[in-house]
Amino acid sequence: MRTYLAHVELANPITTAAGCAASGAELSQFFDLGRLGAVVTRSITMAPRAGRPTPRMAETPSGMLNAVGLQGPGVDAFLETELPGLLDHGARAVVSIAGGSVAEYTALARRLADAPGVTAVEVNLSCPNVEDVGRVFARDPAASAEVIASVRATMRYDVPVVAKLAPDVADIVAVARACVDGGADALAMINTPLGMSIDVDTMRPALAAGTGGLSGPAVRPLAVRCLWQVHAALPGVPLVGMGGVLSGRDALELVLAGACVVSVGTALFHDPYAGLRILRELEELLKERGFERLADAVGLAHRPPGAGPRHRIDLEESSL
Amino acid sequence: MLTTRRVDAYHALTVVAPGIAERFRPGHFVSVAVGGPHTSMPTRRAFAVHDVKPDYGGTVELVFSVRGRGTSWLADRKARDTLDLVGPLGRPFPVPRDPVVCVLVGGEYGSASLFALADVLQQRGCRVDFVLGAPSADRVFGALRARRMGETTTLTTEDGSLGLRGRVTDALPSVIADARADVVYACGPTAMLRGVTAVAVEFDIPVQVSIEEAMACGYGVCMTCVLPVIGDDGVTRMVRSCVEGPVFRGERVRFEDIGTIPFDALGAPGGRASEGGAHTRHVS
Repeated sequence: MRTYLAHVELANPITTAAGCAASGAELSQFFDLGRLGAVVTRSITMAPRAGRPTPRMAETPSGMLNAVGLQGPGVDAFLETELPGLLDHGARAVVSIAGGSVAEYTALARRLADAPGVTAVEVNLSCPNVEDVGRVFARDPAASAEVIASVRATMRYDVPVVAKLAPDVADIVAVARACVDGGADALAMINTPLGMSIDVDTMRPALAAGTGGLSGPAVRPLAVRCLWQVHAALPGVPLVGMGGVLSGRDALELVLAGACVVSVGTALFHDPYAGLRILRELEELLKERGFERLADAVGLAHRPPGAGPRHRIDLEESSL
Repeated sequence: MLTTRRVDAYHALTVVAPGIAERFRPGHFVSVAVGGPHTSMPTRRAFAVHDVKPDYGGTVELVFSVRGRGTSWLADRKARDTLDLVGPLGRPFPVPRDPVVCVLVGGEYGSASLFALADVLQQRGCRVDFVLGAPSADRVFGALRARRMGETTTLTTEDGSLGLRGRVTDALPSVIADARADVVYACGPTAMLRGVTAVAVEFDIPVQVSIEEAMACGYGVCMTCVLPVIGDDGVTRMVRSCVEGPVFRGERVRFEDIGTIPFDALGAPGGRASEGGAHTRHVS
C-alpha cells in the first residue's frame, strides 16, 4: 500500500515515530526494518547527549510520560554507525534533527546533505531556543519558519523537509502555515504535549525532570484534532500523523483526519511488532471499505455531511 | 501460563514458553505486557527469570512482588490464561571458565535469579556459597533451596526474624574470607548492590551485579532505564540496563551517581562532548 511523503514514495504508510526505535538495531532483532514504510530516527544533535537523569518514565492512564532528554550519539557517530546500520538492515531512514538555535539546525542539515540514504529530514521543533530564553521553537511561528527555511535551503532539493509540530500551542494552524511558508514539504504532528505526574507516596514529581512528554492512546484525540485543523486549513500539504496509534483502526482515524503517513511510537514499547501489525490491520480495514489506494482515504472525514464515501461499497444497503 | 503460586511475600508464576526456555542463560530477564488486550498500561514490566524447566517443551518461572496495578493484575492470572512475554532479554551473568569459589548474594526476591546461575556454576565445578537477606523472614526468597545447593548459606534479616540480624553486606566480608572467594555475584535492590560492590572491591575480587531499573520496553527502544557506567575506555556513558545490562561489573557502575547525569559523562550538559581521555572512578 504505497504512499507519498511529499514527492518521496514509501512502500507503505507506517513508520516508527522519532525517538521510539533507538538506533534501529534493537527492533531489527524482531522483524525486517525494510517492511516498514520508513524508520524515523531519534532526534540527532550536533554533540553527543547524555539525556536527562532517571526516573525518565512514568506510566499514566492509557499513556506514559517521558523525559529522556534526546539522549543520543551526536551527528558524527550517527553518520558513522547508526545510519549505515539502518540502511544495512534495509530500512528507509527519515532523520530527525534537533538543535538549540537556527545555526545548529542548519549545521545538522549541512552534515546530512552529503550523507547517502537520507529519505527525508524531520525537524524536531520542540526544542528550547537558547537565543530566546529557552522558549520552544514550535510555540513561535516565526522561529519555526526560520528554522525550516534554513534547513530547507541547506538540504538537497530532492530530500523532503518535514516540520514536526507540538500540539500544546495557542494556534497550531498558524505554526503549520508558517512552516509551509518557510519551505516545509510536509508536516508531522503531534509531538508529545508536556505533562506531569506526582508520586503521592514520595510526594515528589514522578520524573526527575519534573515535566515530561505525554504519549500513548491518551493523546490520540489531540492528534486527531491537530491533523483535522491543519488538513482543513492546508489541504494540499502532506501530513505525517502520530499520537497513540495502537491498532489499524487508530491509524485509519488519523488517515481520515488527513494523514498520509502514520507513525507508531509508544506502541513499540508495548509490542515490538506493533508497526507491522498496525500496517496489516490498516490494509484490511481499507480493503473492507473498498479503498484500493490509501490516498483515497486521506482526509476523507472532511467531506461535507451527507456526501457518501467516495469508494465505499455498502453491501448492507444494496438492494441486491 | 501454567501455574501461579504464592511464595512467602512473593508471587511465582510459571509460563510455558519453549522459545525463551531454550535460549535462557542465568541473568536473562523477560518483559511482560500487563492489563490484557485493551490495557490502559502501555509500558511492559520486566522480571528476572527464576527458573526454566524442560517440562511441556520448556517453562519459565518468574518471581515478583505486587507493587502496583501492573503486578497486581499479573498476580491475578490463572492457569491457562495467556501472557505476552518477550525474552530472553539482556546480558546474562558471565561464568568463569575455571572451577573457582563463587559467593552469590541475593536481596529480597533478587535471589530468585541466582539459583539458575548456581546450577551452571556447580556444573562447571565451582563452589557456591549463598548470602541471602531481606528486611524480614517472609521476604527472604529461596532460603531452603540455597541451603540445599550452597556449600554454606548465610541468611540475614534487618529485624532479626531469620538468620543474622543486619544486612547482607554485614555478613559478606566473613563469607568471602572463609570461602576464599574468587568472585561475587549479586542481585537485589540497588542500595544493596552498591554495598556488595564496595565489599568486593575491598577484597579486590570481581563482582557481577544484576541491576533492577524501571523500564518501559525491556528491549532497548524506550531509553528510560539508563544508569552511569564506566566503559572499557574509561569514559562514563548513560547505558541502558536492559540491553547493556542488567548484569554489569559492579566496579564499573557509578552507584553514587544513579539518578543523575554525572558531569563527566559522555554528552553531559555543559560537560564532555567528545570521546577520549580517561576519567576512571571507583566506588568508595
